[in-house]
Amino acid sequence: MASPSTSVDLSAALVLEPVAALDWLVILPVAWCIAIGAILMMIRSKTRLHAPIAIAALCGLAGLDAGLLWHVSQSGPVTMVMGRWLPPFGIAFTVDLTGALFALTASIVAIAAAVAAAGEIDASGRRYGFYPFLMLLMAGVSGAFLTGDIFNLYVWFEVLLISSFGLLVLGSERQQIDGAVKYGFLNLVATTLFLVATGYLYGIFGTLNMADIAAKAPALAGRAPLVTLVALFLFAFAMKAAAFPVNFWLPASYHTPRIVVSALFAGLLTKVGIYALIRTGVMLFPVQRQELGAVMALVAILTMLSGALGALAQADIRRIFGYLVISGIGSMLAGIAIGGADGIGGVIFYALHSMVVMTALYLAAGFAARLGGSVSLHALGGLYTRHGLFAGLSLVLFFSVSGLPPFSGFWPKVMLVKAALDSGAGWLAGALLLTGFLTMIATGRLFLLAYWRPAPAQASPLMPLPWTDLLPLAMLTALSVVIGLFPESLLSLVQAAAQTLIAPSAYLQSVFPAGSAP
Amino acid sequence: MEPVFALLTGIFFTVAIYLLLSKMIIRMLLGVAILGNAVNLLLFTSGRILREVPPVIGAGLDVPAGPVANPLPQALILTAIVISFAFFAFLLVLSWRAYGTLKTDNTDEMRVAEPDDATPPPMGY
Repeated sequence: MASPSTSVDLSAALVLEPVAALDWLVILPVAWCIAIGAILMMIRSKTRLHAPIAIAALCGLAGLDAGLLWHVSQSGPVTMVMGRWLPPFGIAFTVDLTGALFALTASIVAIAAAVAAAGEIDASGRRYGFYPFLMLLMAGVSGAFLTGDIFNLYVWFEVLLISSFGLLVLGSERQQIDGAVKYGFLNLVATTLFLVATGYLYGIFGTLNMADIAAKAPALAGRAPLVTLVALFLFAFAMKAAAFPVNFWLPASYHTPRIVVSALFAGLLTKVGIYALIRTGVMLFPVQRQELGAVMALVAILTMLSGALGALAQADIRRIFGYLVISGIGSMLAGIAIGGADGIGGVIFYALHSMVVMTALYLAAGFAARLGGSVSLHALGGLYTRHGLFAGLSLVLFFSVSGLPPFSGFWPKVMLVKAALDSGAGWLAGALLLTGFLTMIATGRLFLLAYWRPAPAQASPLMPLPWTDLLPLAMLTALSVVIGLFPESLLSLVQAAAQTLIAPSAYLQSVFPAGSAP
Repeated sequence: MEPVFALLTGIFFTVAIYLLLSKMIIRMLLGVAILGNAVNLLLFTSGRILREVPPVIGAGLDVPAGPVANPLPQALILTAIVISFAFFAFLLVLSWRAYGTLKTDNTDEMRVAEPDDATPPPMGY
């Protein structure tokens, strides 16, 4: 076959100029986490070194994410492509305000968890790889928030899933193995469904780059079964985020592992599902999401109410918090169902608040368990007299999770209720307020029984608890208070983030700079 | 060619879901294994099937001479195979361990984390 060689101009498909130094921030959070995780694996017999290295590394990660947020807020969405191949040929990491905000909050939560783990995870837990798993989990979470490619998102989901399996079975008690079986099977089915949706997406669009899909979706709206596709995505991510009919893996498993692990899961994992829902539902397929709006609103209401009622019916404080995670997810789904800049801004704000507060609540549960010797409301009591400062911090968190002012839960709730009323969905606003009320009763009863009630006669003797154990809890609570008292800068950030999601022209511009559109 | 593959994928999904709905963990594991392969077939079919035209560029050419098979789904499947294999291995070991620890592989009897006789919360003090 001696046909003449057609010359191909590759410069149209390649980035030829070197990457600007600041743009490396896009990929560094992921690379950093994987590198530190590998180093921790290498020194896994020197368990004494693990905690300091991991805490320092996570502080570094928070620094990188803060830098990234600053860079993105200055210059708009930033894209970095792998191997210099331009999308849709190469894999792109694209960061907009939403991704940067989520990644920064996740790293702050991870610092708190790592500090708390320094006191709680013993040498054998470290030997089994708690900190390497933590770093890999953060690599997965950061990757999911920063990637600009659907298949890549699937891969990061799997990275965080396998590290969460590792963390979940750490300690291998009977309860944990039981919880891990249910968590494992259901989450694996959820990610497989996500892969199914990705397969159909590729079949329809012939591309997996998010910006490319967002640009092509309007033209295909009438000609391809996009509503089916979006329904499949919503189902897969709703399972990840623990929305109503597919949420029973969460209360079955979240109370079984070490309390630090529960805290980390409650803060991060379900929010990755919410983030993916925002990304696909709001940025890629806004029209199709609106068509499914009624279903989503119904799911949101059922999730909110079943979570809040479930919390009322539990006697184990860790399980109460598990149900509160679910009701929070319902509130976020309500915002996604409403849509619009207010609704989506409210969802992003709620997710950031929920990451901080749910992690803090689980850390508080761990502290309460060590202070009172039990996790059951039957046996706890007198925590207020035992440790006044801790009781105060817990009360702040209970107010925050119920959405009462002046703490961080108040503002997103206001935004969501206002968005619901503005869009004429008064019943959704009512459900949001009712959930807040039920949550208040659940946490109020918890405070009454575990903190105010006099300690039972056979209470365990008081053990001295070092102040460092309270440090991560105090840090997260302070963050919640600061967000609640000074919400302006965060409010303007989430509103800008919601705008970029609703009208993703800046995102598209960043992936396909003028002239290189496919 | 595609209809045959679509049918085959459908059969794989049916079998996988039937097995996943079972109570026995060992049958659910088989379901997970088949589900992974069902998805791989789906990815393969979604990239359009072209017979026996490898995506290889001949010597002295810059672009392939004619239409070639789409290499991207194969890269996706390769990734998915590796991941689903790792997960299957993990779940297999976990199930074996669960059988050893809990002495059952019936999910109805696995109530350690959510006991049947959990007491309702105290009503007051």
